[in-house]
Amino acid sequence: MALDRETVQRIAYLARIRVNDDRLDQIAGELDGILGWVEQLSEVDTDGVAPMTSVADVLAPMRADAITDGDCRDKVLANATEPMEGFFTVPKVVE
Amino acid sequence: MTNDLTHLTIASARDGLDAGDFSSVELTAAHSAAIEKSRDLNAFITETPELAQAAAAASDARRANGAALGAMDGIPIAMKDLFCTEGVQSTAGSHILEGFVPQYESTVSRNLKEAGAVTLGKANMDEFAMGSATLTSYFGNTINPWKASSGPNAGKDLVPGGSSGGSSTAISARLALGATGTDTGGSIRQPASFTGTVGMKPTYGRCSRWGIVAFASSLDQAGPMTRTVRDAAIMLGAMAGHDPMDSTSTPMDVPDFESGLGKGVKGLRVGVPAEYTADGMPEEITALWQQGADWLKDQGAEIVEVSLPHTKYALPTYYIVAPAEASSNLARYDGVRYGLRVDGDSLDEMYMNTRAEGFGDEVQRRVMIGTYVLSAGYYDAYYVKAQKVRTRIAGDFTSAFENVDVLLAPTAPSPAFAIDEKFDDPIAMYLNDIFTVPASLAGLPAISVPAGLTSDGLPLGLQLISPAFDEVTLFRAAEALEQAAGFELPIFGPGEG
Repeated sequence: MALDRETVQRIAYLARIRVNDDRLDQIAGELDGILGWVEQLSEVDTDGVAPMTSVADVLAPMRADAITDGDCRDKVLANATEPMEGFFTVPKVVE
Repeated sequence: MTNDLTHLTIASARDGLDAGDFSSVELTAAHSAAIEKSRDLNAFITETPELAQAAAAASDARRANGAALGAMDGIPIAMKDLFCTEGVQSTAGSHILEGFVPQYESTVSRNLKEAGAVTLGKANMDEFAMGSATLTSYFGNTINPWKASSGPNAGKDLVPGGSSGGSSTAISARLALGATGTDTGGSIRQPASFTGTVGMKPTYGRCSRWGIVAFASSLDQAGPMTRTVRDAAIMLGAMAGHDPMDSTSTPMDVPDFESGLGKGVKGLRVGVPAEYTADGMPEEITALWQQGADWLKDQGAEIVEVSLPHTKYALPTYYIVAPAEASSNLARYDGVRYGLRVDGDSLDEMYMNTRAEGFGDEVQRRVMIGTYVLSAGYYDAYYVKAQKVRTRIAGDFTSAFENVDVLLAPTAPSPAFAIDEKFDDPIAMYLNDIFTVPASLAGLPAISVPAGLTSDGLPLGLQLISPAFDEVTLFRAAEALEQAAGFELPIFGPGEG
């Protein structure tokens, strides 16, 4: 299996990372190396083995359905780049 | 015996504070001065000497009123820059979080604060804890205070391990009495091994992850980095505990880890896993491992050969699971709510520009690997397969612990390497964590204890692994190893008085 430039571009877009064309080959090579190396897991017999989805063998705890947070708008916005009138802002998304 | 306050341990500083031999203000000032003199090591991203002095003065006032809070009260520590600290920049070693000032305190740092610990500053680290050498930090690499006395790296600047390399340097260069680290695949234990210090990763769930910048949530765990096993036991006691803010934090009481020490290893069954070897591993690491087993045997432990057959698959499993979780966790860095924003013509362009400029190469690589293994058509082949192999790896440990109380292994396959050493591909760097990743995948507690030196005069650690939530036995065995090894951390200039 070899990753082509197109696949790298698709992954980069899914990850929302701009990758300039001159870096595509290098990244393709690196990702290919890593994916080729993890390929060895196919040697392991995992028939009937459940995937490990939780490290601790405990049930997720229940808590009271009560409000425990909030009323801190200014703190939430304190690190935003361009907050405006109590809101986050983003580039215009509708014309 | 020296009078320099930076030469103390947490335990001896506590005793000195209790006896009134010195104040926390004096102890803290000595460490802040050492940090200032050792800036060439680049152990800290942010120094907070004024905040530290104020916290130390408050500690002294408590003590004067007979209201000291416990063993950590007045003890100066370094905080890895992965912990969100209220009002103090927290960067995770990344450009994308440069200037980020949390409006809240992580649970672990708050626990330490409430125990009276004095934070000297925020320790350098690999970007988002992704690395094994503290070379990926946006704020420059950290330098290990150790130097090789001979060999190809003689006199060269060496890496302090990673990702908690600022913390390991702070401890070994005596810039702090204790430091927080986080360990996802070895980020506490491997830097401890590289710097001749003690690094302990508790059981997954022992410390709250709330407020720790997330890398791989099913693996991340905070732990103490110190100069002695006793200090690690003391410090973990102040860090650990159930936290309703982290649903994976385990609702269990925290034992008194320190009082569990001093009981020896007579009758303890110590497993030596046959599979913990690596291609090109220096013979002296194998010899030290054998020596470690002999030391424990001499103290009455029983050495048992065990097999963990899936060990060789741990690292490739980790390099699917951890990037997958990272790609999801790091989706939050979008230039909108906090951190860096790089403008673009559209929302998507803004995201892509921000993340391209804000993340370094290794972080981008892992986010892309994670994105790929989670993408439609590959999810089962990579991610689910890795999760199944992870079950196998955890099962190996469960079987082994039916017959033994702890496992003994090397911490890392090499001593500290040179900063200018070139790694031709990312996997060569990943191999640093070959012996630490298995316990991480299984969520088990593990500790690295400095045990010896290479022929070139560089420190080597030995690792102990115990069953989940049996840190008391882990510390007990680690103390026995520490006493037998009699390792002495040198005093490096210019931090000394």
